[in-house]
Amino acid sequence: MTSIDENSKEKLRSVSVDLNHDASLLIDIPDALCERDKVKFTVHTKTTLSSFQKPDFSVPRQHEDFIWLHDTLVETEDYAGLIIPPAPPKPDFDSPRDKMHKLGEGEATMTKEEYTKMKQELEAEYLAVFKKTVQVHEIFLQRLSSHPVLSKDRNFQIFLEYDQDLSVRRKNAKEMFGGFFKNMVKSADEVLISGVKEVDDFFEQEKTFLLDYYSKIKDSTAKAEKMTRAHKNIADDYIHISATLNSLAADDMTANKNLNIILSLQKVEGRVASDQDLKLTELLRYYMRDIQAAKDLLYRRARALADYENSNKALDKARLKSKDIPQAEEHQRQCLQKFDKLSESGKKELTSFKGRRVVAFRKNFIEMAELEIKHAKNSVALLQGCIELLKSN
Amino acid sequence: MAASSDRNPPPFPTAEESEPGLCDMADADSDEGEDIFVSNSNPVSVSRGVSQPDRVSEEPSDLFSEEAASSTAAKANGVHSDDDNDLFADTNVELSTDKSSSSARKEPSGPRHASTFTPSPAAMQPTSLEQLEEEEAKDSFDVDVAVTNPEKIGDGMNAYVAYKVSTRTSLPMFRSKVFSVRRRFSDFLGLYEKLSVKQSLHGCIIPLPPEKSVVGMTKVKVGMDDPSSVEFVERRRAALERYLQRVVSHPSLLQDPDVREFLEREDWFEDKFQEVENEEQQLRKLHVVVDSLVIHRKELCGNTAVFAKSLAMLGNSEDNTALSRALSQLAEVEDKMEQLHQEQAASDFFIFAELLGDYIRLLGAVRGCFDQRMRAWQRWQEAQSTLQKKREAEAKLLWANKPDKLQQAKEEITEWEARVTQYERDFDRIGMTVRKEVLRFEKEKAKDFKSQIIKYLEAMLQSQQRLIKFWEAFLPEAKAIA
Repeated sequence: MTSIDENSKEKLRSVSVDLNHDASLLIDIPDALCERDKVKFTVHTKTTLSSFQKPDFSVPRQHEDFIWLHDTLVETEDYAGLIIPPAPPKPDFDSPRDKMHKLGEGEATMTKEEYTKMKQELEAEYLAVFKKTVQVHEIFLQRLSSHPVLSKDRNFQIFLEYDQDLSVRRKNAKEMFGGFFKNMVKSADEVLISGVKEVDDFFEQEKTFLLDYYSKIKDSTAKAEKMTRAHKNIADDYIHISATLNSLAADDMTANKNLNIILSLQKVEGRVASDQDLKLTELLRYYMRDIQAAKDLLYRRARALADYENSNKALDKARLKSKDIPQAEEHQRQCLQKFDKLSESGKKELTSFKGRRVVAFRKNFIEMAELEIKHAKNSVALLQGCIELLKSN
Repeated sequence: MAASSDRNPPPFPTAEESEPGLCDMADADSDEGEDIFVSNSNPVSVSRGVSQPDRVSEEPSDLFSEEAASSTAAKANGVHSDDDNDLFADTNVELSTDKSSSSARKEPSGPRHASTFTPSPAAMQPTSLEQLEEEEAKDSFDVDVAVTNPEKIGDGMNAYVAYKVSTRTSLPMFRSKVFSVRRRFSDFLGLYEKLSVKQSLHGCIIPLPPEKSVVGMTKVKVGMDDPSSVEFVERRRAALERYLQRVVSHPSLLQDPDVREFLEREDWFEDKFQEVENEEQQLRKLHVVVDSLVIHRKELCGNTAVFAKSLAMLGNSEDNTALSRALSQLAEVEDKMEQLHQEQAASDFFIFAELLGDYIRLLGAVRGCFDQRMRAWQRWQEAQSTLQKKREAEAKLLWANKPDKLQQAKEEITEWEARVTQYERDFDRIGMTVRKEVLRFEKEKAKDFKSQIIKYLEAMLQSQQRLIKFWEAFLPEAKAIA
């Protein structure tokens, strides 16, 4: 069982702020177990709400269970006007696993120390991926628990409480909805872009903004990932350099000093890479998905608007034909009601989303700048010490 | 057993003993009764013939006494004994002197054994059966030996194969925990011969080295690339390893100074050469990794620049004013980072990578010097062989009573004597030069590396300090987000 201590969780919990403060429903993932590719999360709930059977309980959940919960929420009509928190991405251990594989193959060509150090690095990377996936699953639940409407969702409660395997329920859900919604989402952007004429300035602006912002942030996320990877490569290179210097250094005092400094630089470089990953890349990645969720909201509203317009047309037709007028009127009323409801809640959601986003960016940028300064100061101290040592000899 | 007088032609008794066939590899010559040793190169014995009278042949009886080695120069390899006639018909044995003053005289590419014939302590022999059994029970063989890296040294018929003999041990009597030397096949045989005649080891089962094989070795000398030669060398290497393992597994043998010397003793030149080779190898490896570092840093540059642009675009898109500003500022910081990475990459390359490249080439040049010394040595050896041939030719002429040709023969001998002396002097001189040069090179290298590394680190230091400034300038912008 790999457990994440509170301290490191605190550090990780930065992409979204102000969650999990309402004592009536506190959720966290204190433990997770990694078996090959499958991760089993322990979802722990503490609640004062009477709707739950117990005040304090835990259940094991798999990634697929989270996806099921997300999808059911998305499919729920009542939540059409809400931004559904983005589903956590599937745990991806491909990168460290491939590297581990390559390391195994290249074992013969490197010294024992080099191999050990590389292995340690890879284990750290593996652990980092593990921690990230736990964080992302946890934040998903915490977003739900802190939402006034979603926290009351029945399926959410089942997810938290049901102490048996959810997979049976999952299968039923899948059969019901199938890939229906997924297919819809594919053309969502088209609907948004081309679709119905917008009646509300606010939403018109939001649409323009979100579409543009999404593509930009998606681009930035991808580029940030590449940057982080390059940093990691450099950190790995330093491991190899220090290993080779080690073989050269046997009796040489100077070389030993160089060796030490290379090792320390490598550690710093490694930390810079992982901090950048957490503060910048993860931040961008998370909000990219969040903006997608916001776009989905706009899409649903757009569809509602389209439905309303169609119902208007149908009503006109009915009036012309003098047939089924009451039904048409009723239908039109319902569509309008739905549309209004979506617009109202949508506006609220999008406004608070803005605020949330700005706050999160601020927090992460500050932390990132502070960490960069800290690491750089470390390096400066190391380098100064080493240079002095070399010069004094 | 032939009387030594039979094998005692006036000038070079040892030569006669040891090189009946001279440079001729064919073992067939050894069939001629007393001709024990066929050696293509038995340098020191010959040289001793040149430079000083060889005690060995003059006092064959001394060979059997462990105390034969006088405190002065000549230390004998006890194998040069009449008794060994039958046993070592095929043996190549080399003698070496270990004179502190003329260490340069040692063979550059062969091992040098100074066999010190000190009396083996009687304490080696357990006095009672119980003690014997006790010794057996102790049985802690904290020594591991390996024979690896067969390497053909030299060319043509003078070539031989040098093996790396590595020892790993926890016993304190050795100079360190892990060490290695280069030895050739004849050295292993020599070890056996020394051990087998020691009084102190009489009664002990001395492990046997693998058999000599002229055919196999000739093929190797001529060209080592065909599979049968490779197989031959591999079989021999494995056999030598097993032989050594058995030797060090024997408690009495392990204590023997000859065995220890075989495992440990190094010639300065041999040592240095190994060092140089190792260092070159390591530098090459380092160079590869540093090249990789340069590439990755350049990648980082590119990725950072691209990211900065993307971030600027995102900033333009952002509708919150303060956040938009912060994003643009962050994009600028990343741009500056890219600049820093560029400079760092240049530093990686121009200071670090190029330094390594230069020294890899320089080490090649150092190896070249060693090769030159080797060639000087070989020239000297060949001259000695030729001289030997001339002397034998002269002897034959004397026998055949052809006085007319004799004069020419004598002239040739004089000529070649001069040459041998000259080449020996050349060899000594080049040895001293190489030694001086290597020491000078090492000092220069240490200085050079140190100054370049200081430069590299200083550049990195500056870079980091600028980095701090950039992020410190950004921090208030981030805090200003509202």
